[in-house]
Amino acid sequence: MFSPSRRNAAVGAALAVLLTTAACGGSDDSADAAADYDPDAPVTLTVGTFGTMDFDNAGLYDEYMELHPNVTIEQNNIAQSAAYYKSLQTRLAAGSGLDDIQALEIGFIADVVTNHSDAFVDWAAEENADELEGNFYDWKWGQASTQDGATIALGTDSGPQAMCYRKDLFQQAGLPTDRAQVAELWPTWDAYLDTARQYKTTAGAAFLDSPASIFSSSVYQGEEAYNDEDGNPIPGESSGVESAWGYASLAAEEGLTANLSQFGDEWNAAFSNGAFATIACPAWMLGYINSQMGDAGAGLWDIAPLPGSSESASNWGGSFLGVPKDGENVEAAKELAEWLTAPEQQIKLFTETAHFPSSPAAADDPQVKDAVNEYFSGAPTGQIFGAAADGIRRTPIGPYDTQIQEAFTTALTDIASNGTSPEDAFQDALKASEQAIGG
Amino acid sequence: MTIASQTPREALIAAPPAATAPAPDRTPPKRRTTLTRNRWGYAYVAPFFLVFGAFSLYPFIYTAWVSLHRTSLSNIDGGTWVGLENYRNLLQSEFFWNAARNTLTIGILATVPQLCMALGLAHLLNYKLRGRTFFRTVMLMPYATSIAAATLVFAQLFGRDYGLINTFLEAVGLERIDWEAGTLSSQVAIAVIVTWRWTGYNALIYLAAMQSIPGELYEAAEIDGASRWKQFLHVTIPSLRPTILFTIVVSTIGAVQLFGEPLLFAGNGTTSGGSSGQYQTLGLLMYQQGWSNFHIGQAATTAWAMFMIILVIVGLNAVIGRLRSRADR
Repeated sequence: MFSPSRRNAAVGAALAVLLTTAACGGSDDSADAAADYDPDAPVTLTVGTFGTMDFDNAGLYDEYMELHPNVTIEQNNIAQSAAYYKSLQTRLAAGSGLDDIQALEIGFIADVVTNHSDAFVDWAAEENADELEGNFYDWKWGQASTQDGATIALGTDSGPQAMCYRKDLFQQAGLPTDRAQVAELWPTWDAYLDTARQYKTTAGAAFLDSPASIFSSSVYQGEEAYNDEDGNPIPGESSGVESAWGYASLAAEEGLTANLSQFGDEWNAAFSNGAFATIACPAWMLGYINSQMGDAGAGLWDIAPLPGSSESASNWGGSFLGVPKDGENVEAAKELAEWLTAPEQQIKLFTETAHFPSSPAAADDPQVKDAVNEYFSGAPTGQIFGAAADGIRRTPIGPYDTQIQEAFTTALTDIASNGTSPEDAFQDALKASEQAIGG
Repeated sequence: MTIASQTPREALIAAPPAATAPAPDRTPPKRRTTLTRNRWGYAYVAPFFLVFGAFSLYPFIYTAWVSLHRTSLSNIDGGTWVGLENYRNLLQSEFFWNAARNTLTIGILATVPQLCMALGLAHLLNYKLRGRTFFRTVMLMPYATSIAAATLVFAQLFGRDYGLINTFLEAVGLERIDWEAGTLSSQVAIAVIVTWRWTGYNALIYLAAMQSIPGELYEAAEIDGASRWKQFLHVTIPSLRPTILFTIVVSTIGAVQLFGEPLLFAGNGTTSGGSSGQYQTLGLLMYQQGWSNFHIGQAATTAWAMFMIILVIVGLNAVIGRLRSRADR
């Protein structure tokens, strides 16, 4: 017979085992969901999103539920994209807790493509693969595709870039304010820097918000950004990095920027304080500027093309929807994901909430093509961003683009604030990227 | 004094061990109650040990295991065994030494003024003051504030272009300071946040210890003609020595683990700790390796290095404390 104390120890151990199994179990359901899929059976679909993806605000969930009365959609939104991705990664590693549809940001899509392609439905293997592929810009489809041709997510919005500028500050500095004339000021980045120098002498203020604004938009204008064709990181040898670093480090060294770190508090405050006259402007940045400046900024801003965009445009941001393979409602989730990313819905997302489409068919639709933005002095946003989206190169992206870019933009800040020489700063950036990649 | 302290001890030894030597006829019920009491004792302490096992011991051992592997967050179960390579890399990494140096300097910048001010505040509050409870509550309030909220407010105060502190400096004719850019300035700013949060907490601990110092000691000192300051130096400080040691140990552990303040100081969630890592602490480096770069093995190694550093510092403190008390005897 057990002595009482030993019996208690046994109970304790049993309890501990029970607790751990309860915590780790419950992942191997599903499997042959497709075989017994009934499209009319009541189903609840969960959609994991981050930030403001706005499917809900554009009324898309409601519309889908009206079209499919048996479907209930629940959205699990996490405000910060980085936090969302960390929790997604741990769930992918654990193989449980995934939503029926998971949104994937461009900064993380290459990691998912490289390391988790098995976990997601392959859209390129679907019966309607050609039709699906035709819905998207080839660079967008390519960003979510593996080397051996699997496509693990469908595009939602995208981030073709332009250059936003403050008309009132341009006028005070004696620069033209009409967007056609402004476009002629900077056909190239060199011309843009000349304009910045001129602005600095006449206005005595910074021309743009941060060196990062130049670096992150011009780096993707090259043939290659941070990776070679096979997706291996080559930050030290890339022609895109070299030219972007050249322009951005000049701007940092000469004090042409307000040297703010993007998305920091001071950067946010600087919008209303007129601390800079231009900012690299992906389509979604318009909403950001609007939210920072409110009604006071209406009519102050306008949009011109990105410098050097006649050679190549540039993309910053955008997202995808992927369907985890092992979910319980894979078939229903696939239908919803296809519907949410179809051109018609991308048009609605643009007209309702200003997310630029990743579908050329949607971008060519008059509702998008003829769109103007009143807040930005009636700029023809549909045409400006549509032209940019057409000109985006299919630059190879890799799992560490986000970290490498942060290393370089951080080093650029150091040039501007601590007077570090561009050569030293470049070496610092390389060391930091090596630390991020290695291990 | 001697009589008072001896009496209970003698009484304890002299007292008959009632529980172990009961009258023969009352043995069975007695034993049952002791056993029952024991069993319930286990039940009462079990939750702690279960939680401790699940959330402290298991992660602790798992972290050690992971630190011997090359593994990433994307591939958490499929790491390859690399032995001590992560530790070797860590010791050769300039990022580690930079972070260790920053942790040390920020730790000193924050801990020393913090504990000195806490001691002074506690001494002041130990006088008979009107509204003492009010002051004590107010002192604890920074500690009750979340790190995030406090850091966001301070980061705005220390802002380069629109910060209140720079506005003030300019108003009195001084130069603006780019707090975040410089090494010393950014570390001072972070140390200010830490000091603000923890001074009141330490002051209350000192205050509690001061109140248990017998009043006779002060009376005797006063009769001998010691001033308030002399009393503080020769009565209060020596009596507080164990408490001071405790706060030093706790503050040191806190300083080694410093993370929230440097993470939030830049305001945009970057983990590099400034444009050239000027305020990247060990905690921030660990987070960067694990959760920004997804190298869990390296992060676990850093975590273990931090643990070793804490052990060494706590050990040193204990040795110094023991040597001092032996020297006093």
